[in-house]
Amino acid sequence: MKILVPVKRVVDYAVKIRVANGKVDTASVKHSMNPFDEIAVEQAIRLKEAKKATEILAVSIGSTKAQETLRTALAMGADKALHIDTGDSETLPLQVAKLLKAIVDKEKPDLVILGKQAIDDDANQTGQMLAGLLGWPQATFASKVELAADNKKVNVVREIDGGLETVSCAIPAIITADLRLNEPRYATLPNIMKAKKKPLEKLTPKDLGVDYVGKLTTLLVEEPPKRAGGVKVESVDELISKLKEKGLI
Amino acid sequence: MLSRPSLIRSAFSARALLSPLAVPRRTLLTSVVDAKAGLSEQEVEIFDLAKRFADAELAPNMRRWDETGEFPVATMRKAAELGFGSIYCSEEFGGTGLSRLDASLIFEALSTGCVPTTAFLSIHNMVAWMIDSFGSHELREKWIPQLTHMDKIGSYCLTEPSSGSDAASMETTAKRDGDHLIINGSKAFISGAGTSDLYLVMVRTGGAGAKGVTSVLVEKGTPGLSFGKNEEKIVVTFEDVRVPISNIVGEEGKGFTYAMKGLNGGRVNIASCSLGGAQSALQAAVDYAGTRTQFKTPLSGFQNTQFKLAEMAMKLTASRLMVRNAARAIDAGSPSAAATCAMAKAYATEECFQLCDDAIQIHGGYGYLNDYPVGQYMRDLRVHRILEGTSEVMRMIVAREILKD
Repeated sequence: MKILVPVKRVVDYAVKIRVANGKVDTASVKHSMNPFDEIAVEQAIRLKEAKKATEILAVSIGSTKAQETLRTALAMGADKALHIDTGDSETLPLQVAKLLKAIVDKEKPDLVILGKQAIDDDANQTGQMLAGLLGWPQATFASKVELAADNKKVNVVREIDGGLETVSCAIPAIITADLRLNEPRYATLPNIMKAKKKPLEKLTPKDLGVDYVGKLTTLLVEEPPKRAGGVKVESVDELISKLKEKGLI
Repeated sequence: MLSRPSLIRSAFSARALLSPLAVPRRTLLTSVVDAKAGLSEQEVEIFDLAKRFADAELAPNMRRWDETGEFPVATMRKAAELGFGSIYCSEEFGGTGLSRLDASLIFEALSTGCVPTTAFLSIHNMVAWMIDSFGSHELREKWIPQLTHMDKIGSYCLTEPSSGSDAASMETTAKRDGDHLIINGSKAFISGAGTSDLYLVMVRTGGAGAKGVTSVLVEKGTPGLSFGKNEEKIVVTFEDVRVPISNIVGEEGKGFTYAMKGLNGGRVNIASCSLGGAQSALQAAVDYAGTRTQFKTPLSGFQNTQFKLAEMAMKLTASRLMVRNAARAIDAGSPSAAATCAMAKAYATEECFQLCDDAIQIHGGYGYLNDYPVGQYMRDLRVHRILEGTSEVMRMIVAREILKD
């Protein structure tokens, strides 16, 4: 069984975001693999360790810096990596999904495991769009993944608003990873060194025959308004009248 | 473990306006005082891995381990699983096979989380390296795998109650008795004494001076081996301890040579620990200065504070460059490696300690409450000017090399 794991290089979760020149300032800022993608990679590796999967291919779409993230995936235990070079342009979910479809058609994985969303855009769209483009079943917000004994179906427990839902999908299928699916391992020093020898292929969207250009334009990026001080009130009556003033009661 | 005297214990837990920040989050500081500047891709990955481990596994426990005096064996074993147990041992018997520069990066990153734990990890690494470099095939085969995984933990015994800087005057004796050595004497200031499983001990098998010293391995549990109380001088006592001749590491009479070779790396490692602690202290000072206000101004608005922070940044950057330069000198087999490492150790440990002291001053009264980490960083870094060769001995080494020409 072959597993495809798309990974995205994002601004590190601990970084304090600043807006400069109408965009999020990403120069000299620490970047890392999207945390949900790490969980996806970890899940793929666990399936391989359980001898259910035989090969893990990590793919990243973005500038050459995306290769850093691919190396992390290789150091965690992925077997091969693929970089789709889109230069410095912004990659939006539909474009990514179309590129991933082309890769799926080419590489023929049995499972695609993605993070549920990226922490920079919080889109939560790519996995779902990919399933739609491929016509494959999707199990999103996975908190538990179990392959059926015959390896033809996958049972996934999903975290939904009302609680937990268990779905069964025929393979091939799309799974998106939620926070509680697993706790990703650290890469080890020996694996970091071995990762250098693992294959890392580089392609462009043109090589895949995908020339889709996104139709979305970002109009405005701004920081949230600075927290203003609160107002002290002298009595309960004043509190009630102020709340009424603001239309809150 | 290194004994840790505390400064003033707070009589009450201060519910300060500002929460103590053990995990730095700002980016501006790291782009100006960037620990990863000039590193290769693999070196950056290695640093990031160690930093991540430090943030998750060390920083949250740093204070508790200090207060209880706990020797965090379980956490060190977790570190060993990532390859941090035998960083620069050859891969032949399972070592990680990285360079001294890689080791420096790892110890610097780990010590941003907890300095004493990292310092001990570096000593364990030095023990493993000495066995790997000079030990017989049998010794390497037996011990390197165990030390790599930290199934067994190693300690290094050279200093004695009466011989520190004058290491060659050490008196612990080892007399031949058939196929065994019988060891008598005591060692002092031994990190890990009592907890470690394996002790690499410098003993006198021959005449006086450096040429009479041999290095030998002694396992915990060997009859006659005993340990002093943890809070006191961390003494290891040998009373008719019998070890097989096969436990000798390398050649008889060469122990001091091996020790001196090991110390170059040990000095870079300890200096690297100073760098990490100083980075965290500087980050804490920057954060505090931005938040604390007096006279209706944040401290960072006063020129005195600004100048102080700038000087701290200069101290840290210069120290870092010297330490990495020394690590590269060892990797390159430079003939002046000893002096280069001595300069780096003296400079970095002194400047980084000063930086921590300044960080406390910036924190004002809060700086010496245990809720805030800066006091602990200063205490942890103070001993680096002493162990693995005092700052004074470092100066002796450098002067000797200068005047040789």
